Amino acid sequence: MPVPEQNEFFIDPNRCIGCQACVQACSECETHKGFSMIQLDYVDRAHSVQTAPVICMHCDSPTCAEVCPADAIKKTGDGVVQTARKPRCIACNNCVLACPFGVPKMKTDFKLMMKCDMCYDRTSEGLKPMCATVCPSQALFFGTRGEIEALRPRSVPISQFQFGEQRISTKVKIMLPRTGKAEYLDVTEAMDEKVTGKSISLNILDGMYSEAGAE
Amino acid sequence: MATLTDNTAGLLAQFGPHPAYASGTRLETGVEPDRLVKTHCCFCGQQCGIQLKVKDNQVIGFEPWEDFPFNRGMLCPKGVKRYLQGSHPDRLLRALERDTQSVSGFRAIPYDQAIARVATEIQAIQTQHGNDSFGVLTGASLTTEKAYLMGKFARMCLKTQNIDYNGRLCMVSAAAANKKAFGIDRAANPWSDILKAKVVWISGANVAECAPITTNYVWQAREYGAKVIVVDPRITPIARTCDLFLPIKPGRDIALFNGILHLMIENDWLDHQFIEQHTVGFANVAEHVREWTPQKTAVVTGIAEKSIRQAAEWWGEAETSFLLHARGIEHHTHGVQNCLGAINMVLASGRIGREGCGYATITGQGNGQGGREHGQKCDQLPGARDISNPEHREYIAGVWGISPDDLPQAGVDAYEMFRRIDRGEIRGLLTICFNPKVSLPDNSFVTRCLDKLDFYVAIDFFLNETAQHADVVLPGSLHEEDEGVVTQIEGRVIKINKAIDPPGEAKQDWRIIQDIARALGRERGFTFNSPGEIFSELRQASKGGIADYSGITYEKIEQQGGVFWPCPADDHPGTPRLFEPDSWNPIARGTGRFYFPDGKARFNVAPYTPPAEDTDAEYPLMLTTGRVVSQFLSGTQTRRIGPLVDQYPEPLVEMHPQLAARLGVSNGEMVRVKSRRGDITLPAMVVTSIRPDTVFVPYHWPGRKSINQLTISAQDPISKIPEYKVCAVRIEKTQG
Repeated sequence: MPVPEQNEFFIDPNRCIGCQACVQACSECETHKGFSMIQLDYVDRAHSVQTAPVICMHCDSPTCAEVCPADAIKKTGDGVVQTARKPRCIACNNCVLACPFGVPKMKTDFKLMMKCDMCYDRTSEGLKPMCATVCPSQALFFGTRGEIEALRPRSVPISQFQFGEQRISTKVKIMLPRTGKAEYLDVTEAMDEKVTGKSISLNILDGMYSEAGAE
Repeated sequence: MATLTDNTAGLLAQFGPHPAYASGTRLETGVEPDRLVKTHCCFCGQQCGIQLKVKDNQVIGFEPWEDFPFNRGMLCPKGVKRYLQGSHPDRLLRALERDTQSVSGFRAIPYDQAIARVATEIQAIQTQHGNDSFGVLTGASLTTEKAYLMGKFARMCLKTQNIDYNGRLCMVSAAAANKKAFGIDRAANPWSDILKAKVVWISGANVAECAPITTNYVWQAREYGAKVIVVDPRITPIARTCDLFLPIKPGRDIALFNGILHLMIENDWLDHQFIEQHTVGFANVAEHVREWTPQKTAVVTGIAEKSIRQAAEWWGEAETSFLLHARGIEHHTHGVQNCLGAINMVLASGRIGREGCGYATITGQGNGQGGREHGQKCDQLPGARDISNPEHREYIAGVWGISPDDLPQAGVDAYEMFRRIDRGEIRGLLTICFNPKVSLPDNSFVTRCLDKLDFYVAIDFFLNETAQHADVVLPGSLHEEDEGVVTQIEGRVIKINKAIDPPGEAKQDWRIIQDIARALGRERGFTFNSPGEIFSELRQASKGGIADYSGITYEKIEQQGGVFWPCPADDHPGTPRLFEPDSWNPIARGTGRFYFPDGKARFNVAPYTPPAEDTDAEYPLMLTTGRVVSQFLSGTQTRRIGPLVDQYPEPLVEMHPQLAARLGVSNGEMVRVKSRRGDITLPAMVVTSIRPDTVFVPYHWPGRKSINQLTISAQDPISKIPEYKVCAVRIEKTQG
């Protein structure tokens, strides 16, 4: 049974609290138990508590599959890009290097590329992916377009991403501020932006440590 | 003598903490579980619904429980990995007795022999030194049935006044303030009211890490147009996207609340009708806050005057609002006053007791609410009754079938019990669900006290750091091995369901307590055959009290997705929102909506006082402590769950780059933090998300990694909560 059409995956990094519930829950999935396929990192912890979860974006034309010399990476009819086929994968790492989102993981122990398959075991049975089910801030959301519009009136979903010369469209959507009016997200350009998180910068240390600092 | 074994390596080799990872059946794919058990998380006060996968009497994993209304399947990493606490190599499977010859410091003995020894020691101590010479320390992660039984056991079986619980470190400031202002101690609203609030005010609550699911409520409110105001010395994840962040200096919360009320009065952002009809004491409070001008408030709190004015305007003009606070304002020597200051702001706005208008403290422990209502607190009897009230004593004595004269009077708080141990007044101790050697402040004092005990018996499922001192250890039960109710963050009574049987000779805690009562020859009142039987008596004991559970049944909880107390009759649906117009309560009896004879809420003057230990030239920085999302309390469980240990393996000292530069410290370098009570050496974490005059260290670790070596044991005079959230320290870079 394919993924029910009405449900889609939306990522709202603005909501991420860095708790790693998604990372921990991912390793409970039936198809890759004990291994998490999600990467969650601080953007720049020195300056902000902002974190961002990375799951597979399930590209319409998956770069990982395009660069695979063994034709090991398949997309299901409903657009889910799967872990490499074990008999075909030659563990060459092309996909790991080529994916613009940095999603595929090379499991050297098994000589196999593994990646997020949007919990195909669950979604194909009408369940939500594990990460989006547990996510306590709902930065990872799985539901219909109507639901996300009602729940996130301040944001719009985007599924076009620019990496240098390459424009990628994806099955998974990222929520951007409605005020931005962007039709696509220029990722390469955004990489040069400074973190603009709020910070505390007050001159309240002045006069302090003058004596104790001398000891 | 409850002294620690010299062979620490031997002790730790046998009892851990060892981090457990999924293995065996838990890693296999395609395993069909025998059953899915609907229950709740064993950790924080939100008590998220979860389904445990059970196979061959082992919890092998979980499945989200999307139908449970509070969390709808959402979980934090602790909930996701909690199943790894079962079938754990460190699990206590047999009764233990101290044995100095043994490598681990303990030897296994038959359970019955251990119970007999406990009874003999209790009798010997009480005969020689009096009934009060034996103390009981309990916890708010116990089910309400167990909490009730512990209070009854201490007072009726042991006849000691000395019982208290670890909620003393958690909920007591808010509880005391709620009783003073509202006459009742419970979150005033269900969390669904957060969604309808136009301003959400969060003071001293690291919501994203300590109550992660609440984040979704707050941010959903924001999606619907709410402004979120966060008051904290750190930019926590909930603060990152708030609309207004007030970086308060630790310990100055009352000043801010008074300053906001000052501006509400100055700008007439008041609900005069509400104040007139439903409150008393406003004039005194108004007079008191007259001096709290924005200028003075800014100086004391360290917050820019402009931000204070903005916060007051948003709060003052809001149509609907929800104020949340947690330990950040409660863990203070003026914790009760802090809460009263917050409540004054709520009462002056009139925004309580209706949809989208709410107030709550965010409960910390799993049963932080239920565990403080039914008699394991030193001054309290079931139904949130007062142990010094003759009518209350008579009612409970009647339920228990004893004379009110035989009911001990109020005892003292948990920390004071250690001072009594220090003075030789308490000679014997029983602990369950409490790890004071890690969790109490100035914990080297606690360790010295444990060493002084003539006899110490611990009931636990793992040998926690306090229990390492025990003479006898009785193997208790994990959350998933018993059933009973707890009351979560909103005041919703929910049911913990049993998934598996206790392994080895481990037993459900209530059975162990009853076995001790029987061995003491005081079996009467301790012959329950199930948690359900205890709950039946608890319902009766709570009847007519403020925390009235008499209309709650296990069946009703299942049917309704929980029942909010008060629920005073079989046909009563429970009370999700308190203080609604026309609501009835047993104290006001129709005169008004609040729990006082006149039905009116109380404004309380909340005078500002600085922290017990302010900074000076020798100790120029403020230390504040708290949690990280992957660990829980003293870590007895979470330090044994491998994936949670890996997520945040050891405490770090969070400090601002300005301070780091002053100290010549880079991110990751080791620093020594020193207070008047102790010192600790840890890696620095250099981040702009904290005030430059404040450092933060989480508290989940024992021994030399315990920040409670440094914290101060100064307590709030009313609630007796310790001042974990601020003390004075100095920091130096370590050499080499």
